[in-house]
Amino acid sequence: MAELEVQIKEENLVYRKSPLLTDKIMHYCPGCSHGTVHKLVAEVIDELGIQEKTIGVSPVGCSVFAYNYLHIDWSQAAHGRACAVATGIKRTNPDKMVFTYQGDGDLAAIGTAETIHACNRGENIAVIFINNAIYGMTGGQMAPTTLIGMKTATSPYGRDPKIHGFPYKIADIVSQLSGTCYVTRQSVHTPAAVRKTKAAIKKAFENAMAGKGLSFVEVVSTCNSGWKMSPVDANKWMEENLVPFYPLGDIKG
Amino acid sequence: MAKIKGTIIVDIERCKGCGVCVPSCPANVLALSHHVNGKGYNYSYMANPDACIGCASCAIMCPDSVITVYRQKFE
Ligand SMILES: Cc1ncc(C[n+]2csc(CCOP(=O)(O)OP(=O)(O)O)c2C)c(N)n1
Ligand code: SF4
Ligand code: SF4
Ligand code: SF4
Repeated sequence: MAELEVQIKEENLVYRKSPLLTDKIMHYCPGCSHGTVHKLVAEVIDELGIQEKTIGVSPVGCSVFAYNYLHIDWSQAAHGRACAVATGIKRTNPDKMVFTYQGDGDLAAIGTAETIHACNRGENIAVIFINNAIYGMTGGQMAPTTLIGMKTATSPYGRDPKIHGFPYKIADIVSQLSGTCYVTRQSVHTPAAVRKTKAAIKKAFENAMAGKGLSFVEVVSTCNSGWKMSPVDANKWMEENLVPFYPLGDIKG
Repeated sequence: MAKIKGTIIVDIERCKGCGVCVPSCPANVLALSHHVNGKGYNYSYMANPDACIGCASCAIMCPDSVITVYRQKFE
């Protein structure tokens, strides 16, 4: 029926790409969680009206080029050092909203010390932690967050705790520290999960502006290339395998 | 009776054919095309456009933000 044709005009608009995202096509593999989380960060900054006040710190890892995709100021830190760099930026620019964006290899392996001490000092920053349980950028090696039994390039027979040690939950660890005001673990594998993650990022950014201490938002994510699955299968695998070990929800605050 | 109808526009050349929008649609509107875009990706399209309710689930899920959603109420 012709009269039931939805007219393409502004008043009928429900959703469009955030104006804070640049026009650059993201270098991420099809279906990678990084793109979804970038979009949420852009939407939150736009909704809070803090584009001019925001400084992001990108890591080493697949999201090293995050600075290409959002119309905000950025710095890019050496591997694992984002929380230390963000500390310096925030302390010298107390009026800015400063956040880091880091993978699990970056934040929970080489950067463990910087992460834990920034959390313990209670720096007034937000940390967005993309936990895909693998080193994506370098070709899918085992990370500290890799599950027991999970096959990676450096654990081809599956992670064996006798050889490789155990996976650890750094969000739970930093929740024990007095300097963190908000610690949560979310995901982006369903529309409802994406909405919750957006709310968590918003809360974290508001805390950072209000000087309440460090907010830590873990996003349990997929790396379909590293896991060697289709993006849709990776979302399913994540829900069935990663989420039971990394349960979703607020841990603190 | 009032009826809500939605529609989406996929920026075909930016779509990476990842498919995560397809199962996220509660109305089973979407599928990956048999045709490919300039990069060789089987892009997402409305295989069943009449069923779209404009809920934006697909757009919220899209990692590359290539879906725009419109919705209109018909009295
Ligand atoms: C000092 C230093 N050591 C090692 C590397 C190699 N390297 C690059 S990215 C990376 C790990 C990235 O994994 P992760 O942080 O989980 O991010 P992802 O790529 O999965 O998003 C490593 C070890 C480096 N660039 N610099
Ligand atoms: S390698 Fe993994 S983390 Fe990196 S862009 Fe591809 S899917 Fe994403
Ligand atoms: S807007 Fe909702 S109903 Fe329409 S295609 Fe997207 S997910 Fe399906
Ligand atoms: S989620 Fe986005 S990029 Fe992936 S197939 Fe759907 S429209 Fe294309």
